[in-house]
Amino acid sequence: MSTDITDDINRDTGDDFASGQVNRVGDRVFSGMSRGAGLVILVTLAGVALFLIWRALPALTADPSEIGPGGSEGNGSGFLPYVGTLVFGTVWASVIALSIAVPFGIAIALFISHYAPRRLSRTLGYVIDLLAAIPSVVYGLWGIFVLAPAMAKHVYPWFNDHLGFIPFFSGKVLASGRSMATVGLVLAVMILPIITAISREVFLQTPRLNEEAALALGATRWEMIRIAVLPYGRSGVISGAMLGLGRALGETMAVALILAPANVYSFKLFTSQNPNTIAANIALQFPESTGLEVNTLIATGLVLFAITLFVNVMSRRVSRGRVA
Amino acid sequence: MRISSKRFIAGAMAAAFVLASCGGDDDTTTTDAPPVTDTPGATTPGSDMAPVSGTLVGAGSSAQAAAMAAWQAGFQAVNPDATVEYDPIGSGGGREQFLAGATDFAGSDAYLKDEEYQTSIDRCAGDQGAINLPHYISPIAVAYNLPGVDALNLTPAAIAGIFAGTITNWSDSAITDANPDITLPDEDINPVHRSDESGTTENFTDYLSAVQPDVWTYGKVKAWPEGIGGEGAPQTSGVIQSLNAGEGSIGYADASQVGELSVALIGVGDSFVQYTPEAAAKSVEVSNRVEGRSPYDFGFELDRTTTAAGVYPITLVSYHIVCLQYEDQAKVDFVKSFMTYVGSQAGQAAAAAAAGSAPISDDLRTQLLESIDQISVAG
Repeated sequence: MSTDITDDINRDTGDDFASGQVNRVGDRVFSGMSRGAGLVILVTLAGVALFLIWRALPALTADPSEIGPGGSEGNGSGFLPYVGTLVFGTVWASVIALSIAVPFGIAIALFISHYAPRRLSRTLGYVIDLLAAIPSVVYGLWGIFVLAPAMAKHVYPWFNDHLGFIPFFSGKVLASGRSMATVGLVLAVMILPIITAISREVFLQTPRLNEEAALALGATRWEMIRIAVLPYGRSGVISGAMLGLGRALGETMAVALILAPANVYSFKLFTSQNPNTIAANIALQFPESTGLEVNTLIATGLVLFAITLFVNVMSRRVSRGRVA
Repeated sequence: MRISSKRFIAGAMAAAFVLASCGGDDDTTTTDAPPVTDTPGATTPGSDMAPVSGTLVGAGSSAQAAAMAAWQAGFQAVNPDATVEYDPIGSGGGREQFLAGATDFAGSDAYLKDEEYQTSIDRCAGDQGAINLPHYISPIAVAYNLPGVDALNLTPAAIAGIFAGTITNWSDSAITDANPDITLPDEDINPVHRSDESGTTENFTDYLSAVQPDVWTYGKVKAWPEGIGGEGAPQTSGVIQSLNAGEGSIGYADASQVGELSVALIGVGDSFVQYTPEAAAKSVEVSNRVEGRSPYDFGFELDRTTTAAGVYPITLVSYHIVCLQYEDQAKVDFVKSFMTYVGSQAGQAAAAAAAGSAPISDDLRTQLLESIDQISVAG
């Protein structure tokens, strides 16, 4: 997210200087500094990409039998089967998180922008922003010690008993609660601030005239929001969701702490057999890895890099719509 | 982020290594260490040895990291000018770095493989290669969470079946037959395993494949095999947390970390053995040493299938791998002094207090001291 903002600032100031008539030393210094800062970002990104590709190459070119669990004895499964479940787990966890966080984020943003009294909306916005300041490892500990056991005791069994015919909720509920559902919930809480903050900003920018026109036509407040605010803020909400998705995809510590991983493709939310995510898998396996195992982990990191890049590009494309 | 810190440590270690070798040269001129041939077999406890100085660099097993911290502190209390550095990068990485000459010793949950031993002959000064010193013996407990069941006997067949996923209910006859005095609930078993690669898993699966090769067909592995289910949890603390949170769970973990959890008695021969430091230390004594090595090597082929009374068979033995010959006298003195301290009663007690390991027996200590005494300057 920070790269996007810096990028915007640099581009704007750069344009101004390019077209400006005044040319003082201070202007040139500042323009050079901001241009340099922009370049540093690009160089860093290119450096990371180069590092990933360079270190991933040995794993990508090695014999498939040397990659994956059992690779050191020559009975590995190869890179694609290895990274497959991880990509699936990464995307699946993020999708769960998004499907919880987006409706909540929009609701909270609307409440702050259009329903809450001014003083309450300020406090609430502040509290939501605070959620973003909590380190992810703390979320992980909270998830594993508080959320997981509580959900496994009181919530998951209910879904399992009553809605078990839906594949998502089937299977045996893991007693410790360290399942995909808990990971999705914790990730949802973590990305809620981003989605809420951006949605709130675009909702607040809805032209007063549009809102008043809707009200003048006899719309209730909800109808006004539906016909004036939501369409106007749609692209903003989508780009907020994309940024949230970016964070969820790369989240490491919380997932590594909470999830009980297995190397499977599974949509079941409550069982002990959950696909791991790329970032959490790297964090788990790196400390004891050597040689080609490290290359393999970095290659999975390269895959994650590509996924995140894709998501960010998409979010830029969407947000270039009407707002922002 | 982990990568950069690891690299930084590696860089710092490389720098320290260079400094240490420089310091070592100076030391040989100032300290009058007697030539090694003049002290045949005189086994001196660590405290009686002349203080050493400089830096000794090691890397390897994370299992013995906590014990190593205690050894570093205890050793530096007696040798204030000496620094022992240890990077817990994992056993494989530790052996790799040692064989590449980047470190002075390695900590490893497995003894040197045959080809690694051959490499060590080139790596070390002289032609005697490296030796394995079993300085860290840690019992692995099989802990479970079943309210109301305080004592549980588990036969090897039951343990292997539970973790291989063939025994899925606590009231299975394979479990109840060994526990005639208690009623076990009709409840699903939730086996918990490590989700990261670990020496604990490696030793536990070594035990399973040794005692029940027909049930546990996955062999001795560092990472839990795919496709047999069970709950994965990161690190020892994660396993313990899962066990505490999940009723009906059973898992394996470093015995010192199980806390309030109930621990199963393991079937050995006709009896069931409770893990104790003594019973764990005995597992080494009933085992045979690896063949084809230096006479001073103490790599053990752990006998998991022993039927000897009072032996706890599920143990993790972590070694210190050192050269029998080094290039310079200062290094020789340092290695001997540190290894003597680590194996001494004080060193073993420090490790037991810090990491809950099982102190090695006096018998083994005497033998190890003879080996350590053979460490000398090449030439």
